[in-house]
Amino acid sequence: MAFLTNFYVFLFYFAALVLVTGLVFKIAQYTMTPAPLKIPTTPAPTTTRGVVLRMTREVVLFESLFRGNKWTWIFGWMFHFGLLLVTLRHLRYFMEPVWFPIQLVQPFGIYGGMAMIVGLGGLWARRFLVDRVRYISSPSDHLILALLVLIGCTGLLMKFVFHTDVVEIKAFFLGLYTYEIQPLPADPLLLLHLFLVALLMIVFPYSKLLHAPGLFFSPTRNQADNPREVRHIAPWAKQLEQK
Amino acid sequence: MAKATFVVPELTQYTEVPAVTSGAMAHSLPFVAKPEFQDALGFPGELVDDWQAKAIDKMGDLLGKYRSLRVYMDSCVKCGACTDKCHYFLGTSDPKNMPVGRQDLMRKVYRRYFTLAGRFFPKLVGAEDFTKEVLDDWYSYFHQCSQCRRCSVFCPYGIDTAEISMAAREIMDSIGVGQKYCNEIIAKVYKIGNNLGLPGPALADTLEGLEEDVFDDTGVKVRFPIDQEGAEILLVTPSADFFAEPHVDGLIGYGKVFHEAGISWTLSSHASEAANFGMFIGSYENMRRVSQRIREAAIKLKVKRIIFGECGHAWRVAYSFLNTLAGPWDFLDPRYPVPQHICEFTHDLIQRGKLTFDKSENDDKVLTYHDSCNVARASRMGDVPGGQFDIPRDIIRAVCNHFYDMDEDTIRDRTFCCGGGGGLLTDDLMELRVKGAKPRLDALNNVIQEKGVTHMAAICAICKTQFSKVLPYYGMEMDQIISLHQLVGDAIVLTPGPDDDAEDDDLDDEDDLNDADPNEE
Repeated sequence: MAFLTNFYVFLFYFAALVLVTGLVFKIAQYTMTPAPLKIPTTPAPTTTRGVVLRMTREVVLFESLFRGNKWTWIFGWMFHFGLLLVTLRHLRYFMEPVWFPIQLVQPFGIYGGMAMIVGLGGLWARRFLVDRVRYISSPSDHLILALLVLIGCTGLLMKFVFHTDVVEIKAFFLGLYTYEIQPLPADPLLLLHLFLVALLMIVFPYSKLLHAPGLFFSPTRNQADNPREVRHIAPWAKQLEQK
Repeated sequence: MAKATFVVPELTQYTEVPAVTSGAMAHSLPFVAKPEFQDALGFPGELVDDWQAKAIDKMGDLLGKYRSLRVYMDSCVKCGACTDKCHYFLGTSDPKNMPVGRQDLMRKVYRRYFTLAGRFFPKLVGAEDFTKEVLDDWYSYFHQCSQCRRCSVFCPYGIDTAEISMAAREIMDSIGVGQKYCNEIIAKVYKIGNNLGLPGPALADTLEGLEEDVFDDTGVKVRFPIDQEGAEILLVTPSADFFAEPHVDGLIGYGKVFHEAGISWTLSSHASEAANFGMFIGSYENMRRVSQRIREAAIKLKVKRIIFGECGHAWRVAYSFLNTLAGPWDFLDPRYPVPQHICEFTHDLIQRGKLTFDKSENDDKVLTYHDSCNVARASRMGDVPGGQFDIPRDIIRAVCNHFYDMDEDTIRDRTFCCGGGGGLLTDDLMELRVKGAKPRLDALNNVIQEKGVTHMAAICAICKTQFSKVLPYYGMEMDQIISLHQLVGDAIVLTPGPDDDAEDDDLDDEDDLNDADPNEE
């Protein structure tokens, strides 16, 4: 089993490295690219405070999507909120002692897992049933859905049908912090689950999953509507003025 | 009804989402700009030899200059929320007119040359080489976007297709593939000062004619000054206002409002154009160059305030960009925002009780109001977000007795584009313009049937021109579209000025006339 454990140790170090460096690179790139013009979609808040509120509504409630398409909103929000609960539930594998809020969230994490699958199912169904969405779907859109559905299903199966040794799993991940290799249980379902999660981490910075950081950098959403009050000018545009 | 070489869609009570018809509008493309007009804007005259490499370079350049482009290329998850939001898709059913379909024309090239996934697994992520076929698709479909931003309202990441179509046009211009309509017009602004190519003397002549017309109608001398140094206000208005119905009635309205306000104002022959087509072609440099003319005119004429006339995208450039492109405006009166919209100016006077109206003058009309896309989704009026919706409506209610809004889903920030914005207001795109107007006209037709609406007011020169042209295709009258300030001008009660007495012989008659009904025609 040593080979499998070693392979997963390497896989998770690698996946974490790719995820972090990839995201740091992308976020740095977004940060350093100027937005030369004021382009908030109006009506827009006129103050920074207002912008924070607008962004919060977008991030937490998916406000624009709600206005745009109710079905996509229901399934999309269900999936993302489910994913959040599931992630919080999983944090217990990565900390000792387990924080109180994380203990509280445990039972909800299971419902989150179910909501996640239902949401993904709805989103995937739209890719087949709605001709417009079918037209815009590429293989990668289906593959990412498949990846997430598989991660969810293997997780739920381990919870309800084929139990695995969660104590050992926790030891494995806590060991990664201190470079101590602890054996991983050799349950095929678990290995598949973990492999897919690592894959998700690796593709994250190279795929449309970049919508997560992207939202925070979207000028139509994160700019305050105050162009007459404050002169907004990008460094490269400033250079034109010196000519 | 106007003749059409294509099938004009039937209006429906509610705009239905059509089934996708691939390639339905693949034949639609505007005329290509001639080399002389490309030169004037600093672009190559015709398709350059190594266009593919040059285009990719330019794309890289823009990705580094515009955060919007960079983030929007990466962020789309293909959720489909935008797919039924574009008026051109609703009117043509061509899937490349779905906002995401249009964006993907650029995104597939971006992925191929600028992302790891697209470099190694192009098929998987829908990445494609920038071939001549792709370039042809770009030229066709990036000239089927009016940059109205309706898609960006509903996108969970705020992806704005306008940003992408602007970048695409900039890339195409940089390799020598420009659009005739836009580039010729910008060249005209550089050469003569306005989009229509009306030289200074012609303008002065027109304005003199207007003064006579208004005097004949009302017996009051309303001035329409041009190049008057030392005036308080510089009015920058689309050149269409000097030229034709229904625009010119709006200009008459502004003149009457200024007259009643008792504030001196002037037009400028140097900055005789509010429109800024530099935005449509995504060219910061050209947009800046056009904007600088306003700064130059303001300095030369020593004005204290700048006010913009009724024009949609001009107001976007003015409100959102002018401070960036031609500011700072520290030499103007700091008590007023720079620039102001004529509606803000009129509204303020109404609020302060400075204007008197006889609303019955507009009783022959039942009004509705069309929110122009760039005003609605890319700018503001007044101090509060949403003022761009309320201020024009407040003005209409102050000057008309009969006003009804169109369906809530088609107004305010969900308004439909007229179908002619974004540099598409040209006869070579007539089919697109007619079909793209359908969603707006569905809603208009509804209030015509249900509320007896006779006229639609707008505050955009492009909207007005577009509607005058396409309304007849749908069995409506071209004069059903009017300027908002025409309503103001028709209802306003004018006060005779001092020079009415001084210069005119029949002053007694005139005073009587004014006392009785100054607006009698």
